[in-house]
Amino acid sequence: MERILFGDNQFFGINHMSEEKARAQAMQFKDAASIMRVLDRAYDAGIKVFMCTTHDRVGEIADIVRANPERYRDFEFYPCMPYAHKYANSVGEVGMIETLRRFAPSSIVETLFTGAISAMTQDMDKLACMLVDAEMKRFAGLKTPVVFLQNVVTDLLLGLKLHKMLAVFARHVEEKYGAEAGFITMNLPMLVDALETVGVKNPIVCANINKIGFRMSGGIDAYRDLIGSGRCRAIAMSVFASGAIPPQEAIDWVCNLNGLQSIVFGASSAGNIRQSKELIDRAWGLSSTQ
Amino acid sequence: MIRVGLIGVGKMGISHYAILGAHPRVKVAAICDGATYITSALRKYTGVETFKDHRKMLDSAQLDCVMVATPTASHFDLASDVLGRGLHVFVEKPLCLDPDQSKRLSQLAIDKSRANQVGYHNRFIGTFRETRRLVRAGALGEVYHISGSAFGQVVIRPKSGATWRSKKSEGGGCLHDYASHVVDLMNFVAGPPERVLSAHLRSIFSKDVEDAVYATFLYPGGASGQLETNWSDDTHRKMSTTITVYGTKGKIVADRQECRVYLRQGAEFETYPAGWTIRYITDLQAPVAFYLRGEEYSAQIDAFMDAVDTGTATHENSFASAFETDRVIDLIMKAGH
Repeated sequence: MERILFGDNQFFGINHMSEEKARAQAMQFKDAASIMRVLDRAYDAGIKVFMCTTHDRVGEIADIVRANPERYRDFEFYPCMPYAHKYANSVGEVGMIETLRRFAPSSIVETLFTGAISAMTQDMDKLACMLVDAEMKRFAGLKTPVVFLQNVVTDLLLGLKLHKMLAVFARHVEEKYGAEAGFITMNLPMLVDALETVGVKNPIVCANINKIGFRMSGGIDAYRDLIGSGRCRAIAMSVFASGAIPPQEAIDWVCNLNGLQSIVFGASSAGNIRQSKELIDRAWGLSSTQ
Repeated sequence: MIRVGLIGVGKMGISHYAILGAHPRVKVAAICDGATYITSALRKYTGVETFKDHRKMLDSAQLDCVMVATPTASHFDLASDVLGRGLHVFVEKPLCLDPDQSKRLSQLAIDKSRANQVGYHNRFIGTFRETRRLVRAGALGEVYHISGSAFGQVVIRPKSGATWRSKKSEGGGCLHDYASHVVDLMNFVAGPPERVLSAHLRSIFSKDVEDAVYATFLYPGGASGQLETNWSDDTHRKMSTTITVYGTKGKIVADRQECRVYLRQGAEFETYPAGWTIRYITDLQAPVAFYLRGEEYSAQIDAFMDAVDTGTATHENSFASAFETDRVIDLIMKAGH
């Protein structure tokens, strides 16, 4: 797994600190071309991985990368699915049954709702795999060595104790796409415990990991112990806690964590990309081209 | 362990279920919903006891408390049944379509000394709590205007009305679903208004319900209020709620990420200097043991479980305050055109 990954929150009006900034960014990145310009800066700075939501707009990015194999020879996507608002809005609009019909049209959906309970768990597994396949369509022919489940779904399944579904996801991603499963979470210690109970060992996990403990449920000490224990391969996100920690201080702290595998960060300008990349390179003693 | 029963496993019910499932003090003992394709799947995977009839669940599942996350029109009957059996109850917002029913439920909970909470989760967001604290402590001087807004993309195209959220009789529509949050938040910060001077309920795409609500309020001390909500605004990725409070000594603008405080020269307050101070959620929100979609959803359940433990009927976000919100919603409907 690459050590420095480029994130996508800034492209989709997601800013955990300021709604105003989020709106300004949504205006700045109004089309695929404006996003691609920033991705090019990151790629040329030596960041090969784009860790991205399966947003419709990312499909357009995938098309550009596919159409330019020479330019993007080493470009890798780490898709993060699903883009949850798409489903949540649909459930609010047309209900759960229609939503499943919309995104996973098949006879399985129909038998599920007619109440063939006996086959239900098997059908639920198949349905989950079909939803994954629908999300993966846009990445056909591209490098996707790690495929993530978004935190809203990971943590929902975690709380509902549907741990087996997490294992179903991991198996499907490996068997069908030859990829490793990753899990984004806001509850890292609880998640790794749960994954171990269903046989998912040393998982790739991505969580908020920052000096002030922002959105690190379970507590900063539990995170530090777990990451150092070698029970998971952790990717740190929200390293700057949405700007609450100055860059140098944020990077120094996170890079000093024993056992941390990778860092994902997002930025909208070439200057910020370069600055963050250089800080991480220096702290981890990486060569500037990774 | 506190034994919880959950009635309704739709969008909000499932979210509550996950938070309850991860809660160290709670056991989800039973769930109840007419949609058996969901309850059966959950039973198969997790072994939870499931019911179609809530009365059977209440009689047999040995519960301490119940969470109700069903369409609003059913809340009164369900909450009455729960309280009638002496159990603590949490109900999704808004409490009832008829404020008289809300008032009766509030009285019943007080008579029975049972915890009674409503799911207005904004009251558990640090930025809004700080806003209320500052306003109530007089940091802004005399408050003369409060403005509250919420925008988002729930209904962004014409449709046929497939869920209860698009049916007025069930409690659908922007007023009960969306504006209720803002009304409750304005009440939380400034207290309830005395009158609704005017209201405009506007349908944009929906057939049976309004998609936008605009209203003006008058408060007991003479302050004015303005409400602006629109759930057909796709310039917002998800629901964004903002409250602005104007006082003789300054102003506060708050949303779920930021609390921006402006104080006039000479109006410094505690650690807040004159001029702008911006405080972020990273500094104003206490961590939770389990996170799903926002700290506030876990924090409100923690508060409810605390009330269950102490067996009190008077606490944050009780039926009594939800009644005030329902009363304002009713005034908006009556003033609306």
